[in-house]
Amino acid sequence: MSGIAVTTTINGDTVEFLCQAEETLLDVLRNRLGMTGAKEGCGTGDCGACSVVVDGRLVCSCLVLGAEAEGRKIETIEGIADGDTLHPLQEKFIEHAALQCGVCTPGFLVAAKDLLERNPDPTEEEIRFGLAGNLCRCTGYDKIVRAVQDAAKEMRGA
Amino acid sequence: MHYVRPNSIEEAVDLAAKDNAFILAGGSDLLVRMKGDFVDPDLIIDIKAIKGLGDIRETDGGFSIGAAVPCAALGEHAALKSAWPGVVEAANLIGSKQVQGRCTIAGNLCNASPAADSVPALVAADAQAVIIGPSGKRTVAVQSIPTGPGKTSLAAGEIVESIELANRPARSSDAYLRFIPRSEMDIAVVSAAVNLTLDSSGVIETARVALGAVAATVLLVTEAADAIVGTKLDADALDKLAAACSAASKPIADKRGTVEYRKKVAGVLARRAAEIAYKRAGGQ
Repeated sequence: MSGIAVTTTINGDTVEFLCQAEETLLDVLRNRLGMTGAKEGCGTGDCGACSVVVDGRLVCSCLVLGAEAEGRKIETIEGIADGDTLHPLQEKFIEHAALQCGVCTPGFLVAAKDLLERNPDPTEEEIRFGLAGNLCRCTGYDKIVRAVQDAAKEMRGA
Repeated sequence: MHYVRPNSIEEAVDLAAKDNAFILAGGSDLLVRMKGDFVDPDLIIDIKAIKGLGDIRETDGGFSIGAAVPCAALGEHAALKSAWPGVVEAANLIGSKQVQGRCTIAGNLCNASPAADSVPALVAADAQAVIIGPSGKRTVAVQSIPTGPGKTSLAAGEIVESIELANRPARSSDAYLRFIPRSEMDIAVVSAAVNLTLDSSGVIETARVALGAVAATVLLVTEAADAIVGTKLDADALDKLAAACSAASKPIADKRGTVEYRKKVAGVLARRAAEIAYKRAGGQ
């Protein structure tokens, strides 16, 4: 089939794909590349379940076209763990039971990782504002905030 | 639908003149409108590969913010933040961190929402938009671009290339406040921006006051600015500023606020924004 040929880097690997002009990066990740970690919650940039990092910027992949990925560096939830070793955020989300249905969790982890890379020692308020673009309909957020605080502490070596 | 990523602004202008062509910078409005079937573009012109459009440049005259600069980058630019804190805080209130990684002030302007966060701050700042189109380049005041909800004065094929903010005289600052019923991630019910310059004794020499979400376009309220120029922002000046803002507001009533409420809050926010800007400018 015809399409736009795109070469990009995802979690450090060079990836090539064909996509249609109207396909979002989220569509491409999920439907063409089999990377189903990013979720489609709203499809309009409100819920953050599809969060990925493109060239160092946290974005909603539902608001990025697949064709825009050409030449970019993309980081997704699939690249957060190091092999079988979970990222401290992933460990702490499990430890604090910071997830219930889990649909929002990949987005929270990607956004929280970006937050801690920019601000390794955030206040609770900074965490809540920093993650305001990620909606969770199960947990009430407290456990998520506590997991991020705990992970931040561990990552600082404190 | 076709997607193109031109390398030059001239090429983008040629393409933009085509029927049903849309400019893509951050996409945080365009892709949402496509998803909701409000628009069905034949052509999407991604301007992010055009050299310079992704840069904030410090020029002889001030700052030139390229049309493809994400709002997050404004908050990371120390000199811009120091000179124009009100513009930067407005830009950094748009959507979430994820949206700020994509959205642009040029896009916020061209989307022409009456409730756009960055536009009142840009209008108060007397920001200029550099527009390039089939008949060449022109520079206009930002407030002349939105003409109504979703409507702009841009001609077919015209593209906003950059937003220009001037250098600041000493003792100048600005501030932006909005009211939303949540603590973040919402659309302004009312917003106010104040930009002012003080003399060495703390008296306001010049001021610009702009209101958002209380009319079809952002309002520049000269009566409100006149009420505080020549004062040290005493209680009487603040009362007059608030009254002028309430009087100038011509809001609609909707589920987010009544006419009476919005008029009242316009005055309250303008008063608070003026106090913040005054303090930032070094006023006591």
